Amino acid sequence: MSVLRAHKLSKYFYEPEKFQVLKDVDLTVERGQFMALVGKSGCGKSTLMYILSTMDTQYQGELEIAGTRLTDQDQNFLAAFRNKHIGFVFQFHYLLPEFTVLQNVMLPALKLGNKGKEEVEANAMEKLNMLGMKEHATKLSSKLSGGQQQRVAIARALINNPDIIMGDEPTGNLDSYNSDLVFEIFQELTHTYQQTIIAVTHDASFAKRSDRVVEMSDGKIINGF
Amino acid sequence: MESLLLSAQIAWVHLVSKPKQTLIAMLGVTFGIGMFIAMVSMMTGLNDLTEQLAMTSSPDIRIYHDITTERVSIAEKLNPGGITYVHHQKPKNESIKVRGALKMAESIRQHPEVKGASVLLNSQVFYNYGPVQLNGTIAGVDILEEDKLFDLKSKMKEGRIENLITNQDGILMGTGLAKKLNVRAGDRVVITTPQGFTKTLKIVGLFQMGIGAVDNVKSYASLGMVQTILEKEKSYITDINVKLFDFKRAKAIAPSLQQAFGYKAEDWETANATMLLGVIIRNILTYSVAITLLVVAGFGIYNILSITIHNKLKDIAILKAMGFAGKDVKQIFMIQSLVIGFIGSVMGLIIGFVLSLLISKAPFDGGDFLSIDHLPVNFSSTYYFIGIVFGILTTALAGYLPSRKAAHVDPIEILRG
Ligand SMILES: Nc1ncnc2c1ncn2[C@@H]1O[C@H](COP(=O)(O)OP(=O)(O)OP(=O)(O)O)[C@@H](O)[C@H]1O
Ligand SMILES: [Mg+2]
Repeated sequence: MSVLRAHKLSKYFYEPEKFQVLKDVDLTVERGQFMALVGKSGCGKSTLMYILSTMDTQYQGELEIAGTRLTDQDQNFLAAFRNKHIGFVFQFHYLLPEFTVLQNVMLPALKLGNKGKEEVEANAMEKLNMLGMKEHATKLSSKLSGGQQQRVAIARALINNPDIIMGDEPTGNLDSYNSDLVFEIFQELTHTYQQTIIAVTHDASFAKRSDRVVEMSDGKIINGF
Repeated sequence: MESLLLSAQIAWVHLVSKPKQTLIAMLGVTFGIGMFIAMVSMMTGLNDLTEQLAMTSSPDIRIYHDITTERVSIAEKLNPGGITYVHHQKPKNESIKVRGALKMAESIRQHPEVKGASVLLNSQVFYNYGPVQLNGTIAGVDILEEDKLFDLKSKMKEGRIENLITNQDGILMGTGLAKKLNVRAGDRVVITTPQGFTKTLKIVGLFQMGIGAVDNVKSYASLGMVQTILEKEKSYITDINVKLFDFKRAKAIAPSLQQAFGYKAEDWETANATMLLGVIIRNILTYSVAITLLVVAGFGIYNILSITIHNKLKDIAILKAMGFAGKDVKQIFMIQSLVIGFIGSVMGLIIGFVLSLLISKAPFDGGDFLSIDHLPVNFSSTYYFIGIVFGILTTALAGYLPSRKAAHVDPIEILRG
């Protein structure tokens, strides 16, 4: 059963000149799949991820996630949808610097508002523990190293148990020990809990061990349809 | 509701993580509101005093025979619509007597809005002080009737008003006048009328209205006595003073009395127009200064919030990526500006109150004109209410534009890095 379907996605940039970044991209991802997205720098991976994550709405084509058509929906709907169904780990930016690690992880769950504060806090602690960040829970997030921040960002992406977790080089800043840790977590989430992962990566061994590798080049998917 | 609470928590973290910036924004509001309160308290204090003095020095409505009223000349009357024009016509040699004044007063008292009406006889007199003659006035009154209108009893510094009834040749004198004449209660004073009639009278009491224009020139005597020194008949009366239940109605009622009796009816506001002009000027001044201060404070908030939002573009993008909608982001920044506005305003009220208190305690010499030793200050809660409402409205307005901008931030533009 597919959890994400993208049909003929095209994206143009008009600055500094008209330029087609994505060219009729078709992509279907099954529930419980751990998918790696690879490709040369500048081929359009991040651009595609922003569209799949519903944050970028300036595209042509169709997007459907968890049975909901997301093309042409308004911003408020998409925000609520992201909150519930999508967890995202960015390539460069991670956390809110004035909040503690724990608060950062809790925020999406508090926004969702399904659970009480104590329960959210317990869940957040559990996720942090999973990523080896429990001891840092009360620290201000701006006081963490890049790799630590990235792990907290992963914990935050998991907090609402979303259908899809999207990561743009989620292990880019991590050493091999933590990179393996994240890989194992992702594997457990997909295989045991039927969540779906789409992760952009430059790490060949990380990609090789995933369920499916999709390769992009110059705005098109050239391998792993 | 829960999302509002969450927005408030985020707003709070933003505010306390930049305490200096927050404080400066608050102080802008505090200064504006504080000055507004201090100014408005002082100005309305002065206004109230002025109004009160205007009330004391004149009745709500005064009815008299205005012999200077413009009249139509005989030439024009006989030839209406003609080309005749009479230039520089002088008043007729008329008596200023109000005919049938007692009956008139009686019928005015029947009016449902009238609290009281008294008849009196006003005249210029000279008070002789050795070789010096001081210009002044004397009012012949039914002192008990007059007391009902002006609460004279409470204004007596020496003696009692009833002394005027038991003592035919007695007068009650203004304290300022008594001081100029160097006399006390019990002393005798010689007065001369413009017609040259001289009489020695006994001072049986001193009163103080608190306004130099009255206390320095005026005396009360019995109606009969003044009629005697002016060599007039028993029905000679020049004024009817009218007191209303609601003095604010004077301007509305005066014209109907003038219509009904054919004599000039002047309300207290018209009689004290110059004095009350000060009230209007002070109001304009107070509100224009206060609004200027608040606008400046508003710009300060606008600025600080704009800078905050600019510095937090990344955070806004992350919040939106996590599923916060534009309106949540707007809420977060609106709450910040409202908190700044509320706390700033409350501090402003406190500062304004302390300033007003200091002003009210500072010694101030009213000079000859006003008998006050402190500036009058109004502590009415109305202005504190206006102050806080103004403060919050200004900050809400100043915060709205940057907040709306924050709501429209496109997260993708920022996250692309
Ligand atoms: N805001 C933008 N305006 C114009 N062109 C852009 C913009 N953002 C990206 N591009 C261009 O689009 C192309 C794809 O960029 P994208 O960030 O998707 O690459 P990527 O595959 O994620 O690369 P990397 O692996 O280095 O992160 C690049 O050629 C880039 O120069
Ligand atoms: Mg990229």
